[in-house]
Amino acid sequence: MSMPYYVAPEQIMKDRADYARKGIARGRAMVALRYDNGIALVAENPSNTLRKISEIYDRIAFAGVGKYNEFDQLRVAGVRAADLKGYQYSRDDVDARSLANGYAQMLGQIFTHEMKPMEVEILVAEVAHDNVSDQLFHILYDGTVMDERRFSVLGGDADAISARLNESWAEGLSLSAALKGAVGALSGPDRELSTDDLEVAVLSRTNGRRCFLRLSDTEVAQLLAA
Amino acid sequence: MPMPLFTPGNDPGSSFPELLRRVGLQAVAPTSGTLDLGVPHATTCVALRYLDGVVMAGDRRATSGNLISHRSMEKVVQADKFSGVAIAGAAGPAMEMIKLFQLQLEHYEKVEGSFLSLEGKANQLSMMVRSNLPAAMQGMVVVPIFGGFDVLRNAGRLWDYDVTGGRYEEQEFVATGSGSLHAGTVIKIAHRPGLIRDEALNLACRALWEAADADSATGGPDALRGIYPVVATITAEGWQRVGDDDLAARYATIAAEMRSRT
Repeated sequence: MSMPYYVAPEQIMKDRADYARKGIARGRAMVALRYDNGIALVAENPSNTLRKISEIYDRIAFAGVGKYNEFDQLRVAGVRAADLKGYQYSRDDVDARSLANGYAQMLGQIFTHEMKPMEVEILVAEVAHDNVSDQLFHILYDGTVMDERRFSVLGGDADAISARLNESWAEGLSLSAALKGAVGALSGPDRELSTDDLEVAVLSRTNGRRCFLRLSDTEVAQLLAA
Repeated sequence: MPMPLFTPGNDPGSSFPELLRRVGLQAVAPTSGTLDLGVPHATTCVALRYLDGVVMAGDRRATSGNLISHRSMEKVVQADKFSGVAIAGAAGPAMEMIKLFQLQLEHYEKVEGSFLSLEGKANQLSMMVRSNLPAAMQGMVVVPIFGGFDVLRNAGRLWDYDVTGGRYEEQEFVATGSGSLHAGTVIKIAHRPGLIRDEALNLACRALWEAADADSATGGPDALRGIYPVVATITAEGWQRVGDDDLAARYATIAAEMRSRT
């Protein structure tokens, strides 16, 4: 009987991480940033039907980059977990932190135990009642959770986009200014993104019970022109 | 709670009641019991079609036998942006059914990323009424009215149900609950196609007035406590509840008319 070659655990983990990172880097990026009245989510997405950004609950949104079928599976699991919790307890008891923890557990488990890690990076955003306690949880393919204060950048080329967004972001931006900054950071200096290549949604404090609102191409164009 | 994950063959899809079953949270229907548990009952609700859509209205009283158990119960509620439900019957199961129905519509919308059609919503409610049948056998009857604006057909539509989940689309109006005979007759006499909003609202208010006048389980407008029936319109702009000031004025007119007769 032939013995399999010994592979160091460090090497296994590194290979898996490289594999996941490569898959994620192939996809297009998205950003989420706080503005004066909530959280804006902007993704580069040429498809008008396959969404990267979606609603999870009254004040919570989900965004994913990487492999569509994998983050969509996570999105549906999130909607189910949130609706079940709201049904069992109260709508006020559904929060982004416990959802993010659930996601982190799941992704961590898959990363160490399954054949292949999920090639996704996801974001769970929750808009608060006041404008200082908004929450952005950025979760990586291996279950690492990052709690971000100002903005989150997910997907390929994240470092460069982050650096660009860092220059334009400020506390209390208007939606229009926030969108301009986000689109500028996603496109970079060498290209232009049309509204058709963008998927934009907001979690707005003034949108009633369900804060999530998808913006149409026309609305986005108006905001970018303002 | 762990994240609910399912294998492809075992996935509950976009159905929330099915999801509840999979995670073991579904309500247990009573299988035996006495016929009269003395639970609060909700009473008269009406709905009628008019030019722009649908008007739904319901009184606020819940009764347990000869006692009034609630004076300000809301039996007509918004189901989602373009639809509403009115419920008569045992208050507990009825409220639970409304809660589940609202959740199901929202759950579907979020999971699928699109709205359920109005017919689809009516059908969903039908299944929920049917699953309540064992409880109905024990006296916990729940009979809803479902109304909404069909954005695909650009018209208001109405359905009523029977205990077995039977679903019947109505062209003009529906009345349900203990005062439905009186309320229904009032609407039946005055209803014609193409009513305008104001006429439709007056008719709905009048129907509930007459039902309250003749049926002890139906509450009339309570000017003393400022409790008026729940009246709402559903049109292309969505669900809109009629304000209490508006209703107070309409009932003042009806009361004045009654006084002038004596």
